[in-house]
Amino acid sequence: MAIQQIAFILLFALVSYLAYKSYSKIYKTIMLGKTIDLKADRPQRLKNVLLVAFGQKKMFKRLIPAFLHLSIYIAFLFTQVELIEIIIDGITGTHRIFADKIGLLYPLIINTIEFLSLFAFVSTIIFLWRRNLLKIPRFQSSEMNGWPKLDANYILLGELILIIGIFSFNSADTLLQSLDSSHYPDTGTLLISGWIGEQFLSGMSVSSLYILERFGWWLHLCVVFGFLLYLPISKHLHIMLAFPNVYFARLKPSGEIDNMPVITNEVKSMMGLETNTESDDNGEIPEFGANDIGDLYWKNILDAFSCTECGRCTSVCPANMTGKKLSPRKIMMDIRDRATEVQEGIIKNGTDHDDGKSLFDYISEEEIFACTSCNACVEACPIMINPLEPIIELRRYKLLTESKGPSEWMPMFNALENNGAVWQMPGQRFDWAKELSDN
Amino acid sequence: MKIYTIEEFKSSQGKDPEIVFWVGCAGSFDSRAQKITLALAKILHHAKIGFAVLGNDETCTGDPARRSGNEFVFQLLALQNIETFKMHNIKKMVTACPHCFNTLKNEYPALGGNYDIVHHTQLIQSLIQEKRISIEGGAFNGKKIAYHDSCYLGRMNGVYEAPRNILNQLDAEISEPRRNRNNGLCCGAGGAQMFKEEEPGDKKVNVERVEELLESSPDIIAVNCPFCTLMMDDGLKNKEQDENVKVYDISELIIQANNW
Ligand code: SF4
Ligand code: SF4
Repeated sequence: MAIQQIAFILLFALVSYLAYKSYSKIYKTIMLGKTIDLKADRPQRLKNVLLVAFGQKKMFKRLIPAFLHLSIYIAFLFTQVELIEIIIDGITGTHRIFADKIGLLYPLIINTIEFLSLFAFVSTIIFLWRRNLLKIPRFQSSEMNGWPKLDANYILLGELILIIGIFSFNSADTLLQSLDSSHYPDTGTLLISGWIGEQFLSGMSVSSLYILERFGWWLHLCVVFGFLLYLPISKHLHIMLAFPNVYFARLKPSGEIDNMPVITNEVKSMMGLETNTESDDNGEIPEFGANDIGDLYWKNILDAFSCTECGRCTSVCPANMTGKKLSPRKIMMDIRDRATEVQEGIIKNGTDHDDGKSLFDYISEEEIFACTSCNACVEACPIMINPLEPIIELRRYKLLTESKGPSEWMPMFNALENNGAVWQMPGQRFDWAKELSDN
Repeated sequence: MKIYTIEEFKSSQGKDPEIVFWVGCAGSFDSRAQKITLALAKILHHAKIGFAVLGNDETCTGDPARRSGNEFVFQLLALQNIETFKMHNIKKMVTACPHCFNTLKNEYPALGGNYDIVHHTQLIQSLIQEKRISIEGGAFNGKKIAYHDSCYLGRMNGVYEAPRNILNQLDAEISEPRRNRNNGLCCGAGGAQMFKEEEPGDKKVNVERVEELLESSPDIIAVNCPFCTLMMDDGLKNKEQDENVKVYDISELIIQANNW
């Protein structure tokens, strides 16, 4: 067994093990949320995955980033095909195992990947420029300072390195095929790397070409493995989670806020109406709404881990655009960060561990009470994240469990409870019609 | 014109009303929004629709309570209204308020209340199509009307065409703000913001929206929601444009066109 083969197998095993560990941690973190059954309406859900996740339908509200993103995304999908060969080669010690087995399909696939990679390369550079030099407001908000900004740039740089890797090993390979055809099977004509090879590499010795080929191959591989292990701490996890997230996305009317059956029962029994179930009154004061991660549904936490931090939600938020602190993107990032913190606490100190913190250590009342429930953020999100659901749950916790909230709402609640109207009015509800018949 | 309560309607007409007009808090109590209530009542009257209201039996649907987070007060109101509907055997309702519309349509079913509920722009559109009312020309000749989508009728319930179809019947030029339909910008009132001051910021939401609507220099801002009406009025005052530009609900425009 060749040394490279051993190195590959060891590295592959190590990466698989680490990936398994970190992805199962993400899974467990998401499952800290309350259960909710989202199995129904399969056809509609699959349709959403096809249109919104694969088809990126919602990205096309903004054309330029949509096309740039699409080119990187398609290149990413296609490179996975090449990765299959890389892994088989790595384990078995072969070189381009499919090259002489699938005929013309091989150059077709590799050429496609190369052209897509070229587009992706250009798009990535434009993205770096947009993000760092063009002052696009949605990339400048305060929640993007520090790590989120670095994260975005790391990934873009990683993409560039990945593509450089591809072109290095492909172009060295095109020359090696004629110099050492017994080890380097014919790949057919590769348009881009063939050209690079001719222009820049001809005249290089076999041994330097060999080194270049291996260097590109390992570079590409290491970046891919690096990505895999890096994703769980990055907003780029969306390349995986966007699919389940869209699948499980809310199908109810967007104007419907979830019912709270516990309160329905309580109010019904107050009103002397028949309740649905026996009340499970065990003397404890019940908690309503969301104070911490465990009070949200797992879908809300999946939303948070899927968030791409693109800020489309925040850029259309009426509160945010008029200078209020509320940013739906920040809400999602805060939920993710708090969930991670809770999960880490559990790993260190066991399930019953209480760190004395809550979502409100991340999200202030000033933020949640600025929301107009306009649903613009929900509509804007390219992967069907719903920032409004957790905002309402946080409000419910404040109002129902802590009896807190903006003091100006108190007269409204009193008027609603006592007079059934939002305003405390001297007259009767029907007085408007009286005036009508008077004149 | 007499407005009947359901009881009065039944005893004087000897039958159930064709439709119940759900007035809502703004339409009942706010002097500006009362004009919208009146406009819709006139339209129903001219279309010869036998309608009735709940009068003092109506309460708030609970929309602002639910969105504030006070589910308890929401349920109190919602369950009470559902009992009232049951008592009067109500099946079909029209309302001029998109908040009431959304709550009755999308939120009462989970509490056991299922009704056929239309927003007044939908009803008016079908009345025009069925030729039960017509629109006289002339009133808006040479005028420009900018249309503002409310979040609760538009984005949340997908009603974009009915109000536009009605506006297109008026002999006015209709303009759209930059952010329209599902990208429409909120007036700032939803989520119970109407009943409190905004959080600290650089600008009021209604001012941001009014500035955008004023870009096409309209004579009129047309709306479909009593809360948007109040917010836009206030925004125009802030920009000192309330003398030049008027805010009207779509129902009020029909009244003006027909001189009712
Ligand atoms: S629903 Fe709330 S958070 Fe979302 S865009 Fe509207 S105001 Fe902003
Ligand atoms: S919630 Fe959606 S729109 Fe907002 S930043 Fe995350 S991915 Fe983008």
